[in-house]
Amino acid sequence: MSANPVRPSPAPQTSGAAFIFKKALISAGVALVLFSLMIGVRTEAGPQGGLIYWTRFGDLAALVATVFGGSIIVELLRQWWGPVDSERIVPKPVQAAMSFAGRWLAPALLVFAFLIPVIFYNQRYILDLSILVLTYVMLGWGLNVVVGLAGLLDLGYVAFYAVGAYSYALLATNFGLSFWVCLPLAGILAAFWGVLLGFPVLRLRGDYLAIVTLAFGEIIRLVIINWQSLTGGPNGVSGIPRPTLFGIPLDNSDDGLAAKLGIDFSPTHRIIFLFYLILALALVTNWVTIRLRRLPIGRAWEALREDEVACRALGINVTTTKLTAFATGAMFGGFAGAFFATRQGFISPESFTFQESALVLAIVVLGGMGSQLGVALAAVTMIGGFELFRGLDQYRMLFFGMAMVVLMIWRPRGLIGHRAPTVFLERNQAISSDLVKEGHG
Amino acid sequence: MDYFAQQLINGLVLGSIYGLIAIGYTMVYGIVGMINFAHGDIFMIGGFIALISFLVLVSFGLTAVPVILLIVLLVSMAITALYGWTIERIAYRPLRHSFRLAPMLSAIGMSFVLTNFSQVSQGARVKPVPPIITGGYTLHEGPAGFAVQLSNIQIVVVLATIVLLALFTWIVSRTRLGRDMRACEQDQTMAALLGVDVDRTISMTFVIGAALAAVAGMMYLLYYGLVDFFMGFVAGIKAFTAAVLGGIGSLPGAMLGGLAIGLIETFWSAYFSVEYKDVAAFSILIVVLIFMPTGLLGRPEVEKV
Repeated sequence: MSANPVRPSPAPQTSGAAFIFKKALISAGVALVLFSLMIGVRTEAGPQGGLIYWTRFGDLAALVATVFGGSIIVELLRQWWGPVDSERIVPKPVQAAMSFAGRWLAPALLVFAFLIPVIFYNQRYILDLSILVLTYVMLGWGLNVVVGLAGLLDLGYVAFYAVGAYSYALLATNFGLSFWVCLPLAGILAAFWGVLLGFPVLRLRGDYLAIVTLAFGEIIRLVIINWQSLTGGPNGVSGIPRPTLFGIPLDNSDDGLAAKLGIDFSPTHRIIFLFYLILALALVTNWVTIRLRRLPIGRAWEALREDEVACRALGINVTTTKLTAFATGAMFGGFAGAFFATRQGFISPESFTFQESALVLAIVVLGGMGSQLGVALAAVTMIGGFELFRGLDQYRMLFFGMAMVVLMIWRPRGLIGHRAPTVFLERNQAISSDLVKEGHG
Repeated sequence: MDYFAQQLINGLVLGSIYGLIAIGYTMVYGIVGMINFAHGDIFMIGGFIALISFLVLVSFGLTAVPVILLIVLLVSMAITALYGWTIERIAYRPLRHSFRLAPMLSAIGMSFVLTNFSQVSQGARVKPVPPIITGGYTLHEGPAGFAVQLSNIQIVVVLATIVLLALFTWIVSRTRLGRDMRACEQDQTMAALLGVDVDRTISMTFVIGAALAAVAGMMYLLYYGLVDFFMGFVAGIKAFTAAVLGGIGSLPGAMLGGLAIGLIETFWSAYFSVEYKDVAAFSILIVVLIFMPTGLLGRPEVEKV
């Protein structure tokens, strides 16, 4: 204790080894009970149809020991770090560093993105991965309009992705329309579905909105699975045509691009074309979002996010504001879906599960909700991290779920937890996003 | 008419299972104000633990069915309740005063963890069990050889639900713990000032919800004779639908909503199409929220500025 009784020092942060040991022991005991049956006993359908089981006490012991050790490490780390106090106003030096990074990081990333096909020309894997990351960047930016700007919590975003993908796939395979005709159509159709979802949920807020959008996403997926005559059901749609460069196909034929330019054909050409296509689409999404934020409708979205009642009082038409947010977000989802269909050449309902919605939402929230750069960084982190664990196969989703929990506890406000206000009085002061409230719908 | 009566029985049994899960949603939402996305997976874990403990008991040579059922029930309730407690402790408590999206995403992450945990630890294949409770009664012999059946397992499910619901209503309305829960639901700060241990009360809410979900999981196992790692997701959404339909925060409402969803789903499958039964359940969720946002027995939410 402090020598001065008048001003007692804050409670000591470090506690004895006995405390840590006791805590770890309790954790290990809880783990033992939790895993006793689930890990200790393994069941499987036997050869005669009945169930058989065998024990795995070694695995159980190893896991309990891991929990014991992990608990000690976590406790030590916690004491070493000390209490976490969130700062309301970002301090000056941090702010300066942030603004420097913010000014240069985005252009640097953009230049790097443009150069990826040049640098990694022969590495098909990296190109494919980059296309995947950019698809999620685009989806994240699209959902960001709904969740980050308008504050409407949407757990069924994958529905619009599916609508876009199936619009292109069905129009192209049934009517032979080209990608460039279908792309706007897919966007329009998805936006139409966005409005269709938007109308009923106008009065809902927060969690109710989330669960209704989730149900909507599931309904779309179930209808796709069951409407076999149109969508092919669980077998999906295959043979979706590849995109062309203004009518010139990127294949090995005589009127293909390679033949026209007089260079040797390589399948990499198409990959690079797809890469620049999704990069362009993502940048359009970003540009439109940035421009919209400066228009009255964008300001209305942000006002709606902060306080719906005040919005109404100020005479903002809440109905059109919400519907445009849903429609805009859905439209970008539709574009991304059309791109997904043309890149894969095959789509099935399996690609449009709730997991995808949760992944995109996690990207937006981790990105700091409303921060364009943050969403891009979060997409790179999440999809890249997901790829790193590819070798772990079935453990991958387990680690993904754990990462979501840990990241939420560690940084509930996302990786980039501050944002510059759109409108400010006298001076532009970055505020911690603790001060803004999203998700109230 | 016979066909209708049979579907009514089936629907009530299914509805009881949904109702048991829905209680967990409605209590947690009432107290913490969050959708516990992992609750459906708790139900799945409960089913698995019931299955495993059943297998182990049978291999030890126990043959008396009532004894086995009682032990399985207690074991699965206890272990699943510990799952509920641990999840609240790890994933939700640190985020209690955070903004609203954070616990929700944490819950979604936890749901992924539980689903994949049981897939990794118990394998992806469906686990069938032989029927444990057999036999039943023929209530009415129809003219065309169609008979209305009431099986013993259906009686057990409905009886267990009624007993648990009565016990639970008693806990909430008559005991110290129930009073604490209701106090926390109204105003956590005020409850804490008056000496209610808020952390402990919230933990107990999760524990009770998980225990009821374990009962639902065991009933599901007995009734359908199988469990798989993915059954929690759809059952969870439907039970949440039931909670919303009955009015979130209301216990009798959750049970009523569960019965309604069970009946609707059964009748839809019987008279329209089996493929679209989930679509029907989800559509009802949307329609209810639009026209009756407070549900059947819920209180209207006062909008505070």
